[in-house]
Order: sequence, then C-alpha cells, then structure tokens
Amino acid sequence: MRGGRGQPAPQPLLDVTDLRVRLRTPRGPAHVVNGLSYSVGPGETVAVVGESGSGKSVSVLALLGLLPARTATVTGQALLQGEDLLRMSPERLRQVRGPGVGMVFQDPMTSLNPVLTVGRQIVEGIRAHGDVPKAQARARAVELLAEVGLPDPVRAVDRYPHELSGGMRQRVVIAIALSNSPALLIADEATTALDVTVQAQIIDLVEKLQADHGTGVIWITHDLGVVAGIADRVLVMYGGRCVEDGTVDDVLEHPAHPYTKGLLGALPDLTAIGPDGEIPDLVTVTGLPPAPTDLPAGCVFWPRCPVRADPRCETEQPPLVPVAPLRNGRLGPDSPPAEGRDGQVGAGRLPHRAATWCAEGLS
Amino acid sequence: MSDVLISARGLEVHFPLQGKGAVRAVDGVDLDIHRGETLGLVGESGCGKSTLGNALLRLVEPTAGTVTFDGADMTALDRRSLRSLRRRAGMVFQDPFASLDPRRTVAQTVAEPLEVHRLRSGRREIAARVGELLELVGLDPAVAGRYPHEFSGGQRQRVGIARALAGEPDFLVCDEAIASLDVSVQAQVLNLLRRLQRQLGLTLLFISHDLSAIRHISDRIAVMYLGRIVEIGPATAVGADPQMPYTQALLSAVPVPHPELERTRQRIVLRGDVPSPSAVPSGCRFRTRCPHAFEPCPEVDPALQEVGAPGQLAACHLHGVIGTPIPAFGTES
Repeated sequence: MRGGRGQPAPQPLLDVTDLRVRLRTPRGPAHVVNGLSYSVGPGETVAVVGESGSGKSVSVLALLGLLPARTATVTGQALLQGEDLLRMSPERLRQVRGPGVGMVFQDPMTSLNPVLTVGRQIVEGIRAHGDVPKAQARARAVELLAEVGLPDPVRAVDRYPHELSGGMRQRVVIAIALSNSPALLIADEATTALDVTVQAQIIDLVEKLQADHGTGVIWITHDLGVVAGIADRVLVMYGGRCVEDGTVDDVLEHPAHPYTKGLLGALPDLTAIGPDGEIPDLVTVTGLPPAPTDLPAGCVFWPRCPVRADPRCETEQPPLVPVAPLRNGRLGPDSPPAEGRDGQVGAGRLPHRAATWCAEGLS
Repeated sequence: MSDVLISARGLEVHFPLQGKGAVRAVDGVDLDIHRGETLGLVGESGCGKSTLGNALLRLVEPTAGTVTFDGADMTALDRRSLRSLRRRAGMVFQDPFASLDPRRTVAQTVAEPLEVHRLRSGRREIAARVGELLELVGLDPAVAGRYPHEFSGGQRQRVGIARALAGEPDFLVCDEAIASLDVSVQAQVLNLLRRLQRQLGLTLLFISHDLSAIRHISDRIAVMYLGRIVEIGPATAVGADPQMPYTQALLSAVPVPHPELERTRQRIVLRGDVPSPSAVPSGCRFRTRCPHAFEPCPEVDPALQEVGAPGQLAACHLHGVIGTPIPAFGTES
C-alpha cells in the first residue's frame, strides 16, 4: 500500500530516534547500529535495505527487545503510538508484541515449532493476549488461515509445519503475526527463502492485508526489486547507519549516495540491454563492508568509495542532509545538518536525504 | 568436431521411494549444450535443475537415457575413463562455506585436481600453477597458504572457481554459484565468470533460480519445471518474449528495481504450489497451475516445439497440440 505517499503522516505509528546498538563480542565492542532515526506512518511501508552485516535485522530485533540483554546495549528512543519500546518493562513489552507489533522472520522452516500443529501455534498467540475461550480462538485461527490464503483452512489447522510447503508455512507465520491485528508489521527478509512465484503471492497478500487493516509495515530486505514493488519509503543501511533515505522513486531512480549507486549498479537489470544486444558488465563495489568492531573513523563507506570528493570524508562522518541542496552545491561546509523530517524540502514532499559529500561527483 | 559439447537424450533420474513410486527429479530431458556457449538453467526449488547438472557429469547415476560428452557416451564409461573425462568438466558449488575443506589451505585445495589428474608434477611446478590459477580468478597468489575461514564468501567462491578450473576443463557447471553471496559480491562473481568464459572459451552451464542473473550471463536459457525442460531458446527471446505460460509467470514475478515499472506492471500470480515430483500431473505437468489450461492439457504430454524466435522451443499446447498422448486417454503410448 502506498498510503503514505505524498504527505508525511501527521501521527507516526512508530518514531525511532537515534537508535544505537552495541554488542559485546570477543573481539571488542561491535557497533552494529549507530544512530538510526526514522518513522513509519499508518498504512505506510518503509523498506530497510542493506547487505549482510549492515545492521538492518539487529535494528528491529532491538525494538522488540529480542536481543540478549547480557551482551547488547540499546540506546535511543522508539515510540510506538507514543510509548517508548526501549523503556518498557518486560511484561508491558510482552503485551505489545502481538497487538502492537507483529513480526515475520526470514525462514519459515525454523520460525514454527515442528511438534505443534499450526492451529495450536496460532491459538497460543491469540490466547496470550486476551481471555478467549479455546473453541473461539480455534475458530479465529481457521479464519486467519483463510485470510492468508491457505487452501482448506478447516483441515489445515490440524496440520504440522512439515506437512506444508515453504510458501504455506510463511503464510502460517504471517497468520500468527496478524492474529492480534498489529498496528505495525515487521517483515525481516520474509520472502528471501521463497521462490519468486511464491514471493509474488506473499507480497500480494501483505499488500492486501495492509489495505484492509491500515497496518504500517517495515520490510527488511536486500532485494531492491522487491523494494521497488512494495515500499513507500526506503532507508538504505550501511555500517549500522542510514546512508540514504527518501521516497522509493527518489532513492531508486535518483540515488545520491555512492553506496546506493553501487548497489543498484551491481544488480543485473532485466531492462538494461545495450542497443547492440550486448549486456554490459555489472558495476561492482570493490572490497567488503567494514567490521562493526572496527568502523572507519570518517565516512563509513570511505574505504570502498570510488568518489571520495571531499577531504573530510576520511576523518568525519557526513551528516544525513537533504539531497537537493547537496546537488545544487548550496550546502556549504558550515551549514547546519538538517535534523528530522520536518519538511525543509518543498511542501508536501518527503525529504530525500543522503549522508555523503560525494553526491555531485557521481550524478 | 561437432558444435555440440554435451548432449542428453531422454535423461531420467528417478529416486525410488520406500513403498512404491519414485521422485521423478529429472523426467525425460533432451538437451544440447554448444561449445563456447553459456546455457542458463532456471527453475524453482525442487524442479530438478541441480540433479540435471549432476546427472550430466554422472555425479548421480541416470536411471534412463544417455549423456554424450564430446562424442563419448558418459553413461557407458568405466570408472577409469570417466575420471579422465571428468577432468574436462569442472563444478562450482553453491555454498562456498561448505564446499571447501576447512582444514586444507587454499593451495592444497586448488592443487588437488592437478595431483589427481597428474597435470603437474613436482612441488615447484604445482605451486606455480596454483599461483596462476589464483591470479586468473582475481586473488593474490600470496594468499595460497591461508585457510578458508580467513576469506570472505566472495573470495571463497573465487577459490572454488580456481579449483574447478585447475583441470583445464572445457565445461564448467555453476550450481547456484552466487546464491549465497551479497548483491555487490554477486556482481563481482558474475563479472568474473563472464570474463573467464570468454578468456578460456569455456562452455558454461549456469544453474540458478535467479532469472535476472541468468538473463545477464546466458546466451541461451532453459526453463525447467518438475523435471522437464519446458522452454529453451536464445536468452533475448526467452527473456523478452516467453512462449510458455510458466516462463511468463516466472518472468513476471521477478521484481525489477524501478518503482514506476513495478507499479504499472501486471504480475501473473500463480495459484497454489508446485506439485510433488513424486506425483507429477498427467499430460502437461504445469496444467494444475496454468491460467490457460484447456482440454488437451491433461491428456497429451506436450513436446518441445519451435515457436517464437528462431531456436526458441516451448512445450505448450497453446501453440498446437503436439506430444505424446498419455496411455490412459490416448490410443498408444
């Protein structure tokens, strides 16, 4: 659903400010998420993209308190309908998971319990959040399975996960996530393990449910094609930071950050065939992402950056600022970094921002 | 010298099930791979594409049919001749973490084919050749003494490619060789494979579920569904104007990174799941999910027929009912 397109939602469902996650590791502290701020409106889909190790999964696990408390330090603020997820008591958090936030994980083979029928796993979720009689919860489970498109839901409730295909299992996981009508749905690489034709089914399903219930969605993926199809807004993560964000059209069609450009260039594009019929070589980003235990002193992308247009890149992290002034070269070195998304850029338009001093060098 | 390097006729790999029946992983494949071409083999999980790749090298024993490699019948060879023929075929596997021995150095791994096939003798000669191979795949020869865990996924995959090239093969099978890599690393490996293919004149079978990658690297594309090749032809033709409804659905389901295009594009969403390869539908095996299925589909097993561009073949009755009537319905089998 593209409910959020065009105008910023007046009251965001989720408002994350300066989220930071540090993990204790044998090799020293790992700075996995380093100051992430974004918001999700009702009915809006925000895609978080990045490669493995960019911190995209950890950033949402931190929101739901799913990181091991002994090794993870989470700071910042994450307001879900006005209430800070990061400061909730474990009991309150347990109440919020479900009716507040539903989560769909990557692997439908491992996120279901193999020794319980899918019906019991759905009923468990429903009964944890309300005094619902068993028979009624079971009837609701059948309804949910029908809603996510499982054929023959009356018999499917008594099936075990191994009796279902991967696509069907992911539908069950989605049914569980939806069982308490969450305001926000987080899908972490929810279609990555599935075949493309099944992926298309699941995306259709989520879009339909979102249209029906006005659910806000955070869709974590590395697949920019999927992003183009489902997202209103995109947030590109690299080295635990947001290096670029904006509407899906701005970010995918007019990328400003050298990393975003590299990611898009690395994709074999079904529409990019030269006039001679020869397919050009793919653009590659040389090198590897930085280890979270050993982040560069300056711009996180500096070690791999093909541009390096500014001497400050090596020593200073560029702030996330609107792209248009960057492109026009109006933003001088002394200009204050733009904070928040309170519309410095045109009225009624979501800002397109990038954390780089190298936007012009590439365009 | 024939233009065809490797050729399969009526190839079948059936894995018997306990009780009765069998998983028909590869179920009647005719395929010619031409010298110096890259053939992309695409299909969804469980369609038999990996088993087909393995059967072409006799890494699994075909239960019926023949495979001819450069004129020699692979299926009739004894172990000794098979081994010498296998030198001419390399394989790159999906998971660069599992396909390298963690306790052997890169040099030991890459040198093994040289020793097995006695291509080089003497420590110095072998080391020199290992250095050459590492350079060929874009690795610094100085890393030869390191162990797999010291490398990233992309670098490990380069080691796997170097090992596959050690026997100086004519034919290289890449089975989901980029599936476990990050996007930017996938691009590096795809570029490398394309360069090697041109530089060494390799014949490449590139097996993948990723249609974008397949279209990018292949000269011809073969589409597999439930153990059968259902469409094959030049990459440009199959990619742009597919003639088989399954290929059409598959292509339409591949998301492209252009929001405007994604918004306007009509996705063909298939109903249901792929049937089990142990219970293949009669007639056309795609008919249970096909949006165009009609009367002859359950009754006649469609044969590949020339449709669309030159060299493009599709197994679909929409282009004329051609094929084998199935015994229960037809007059003969």
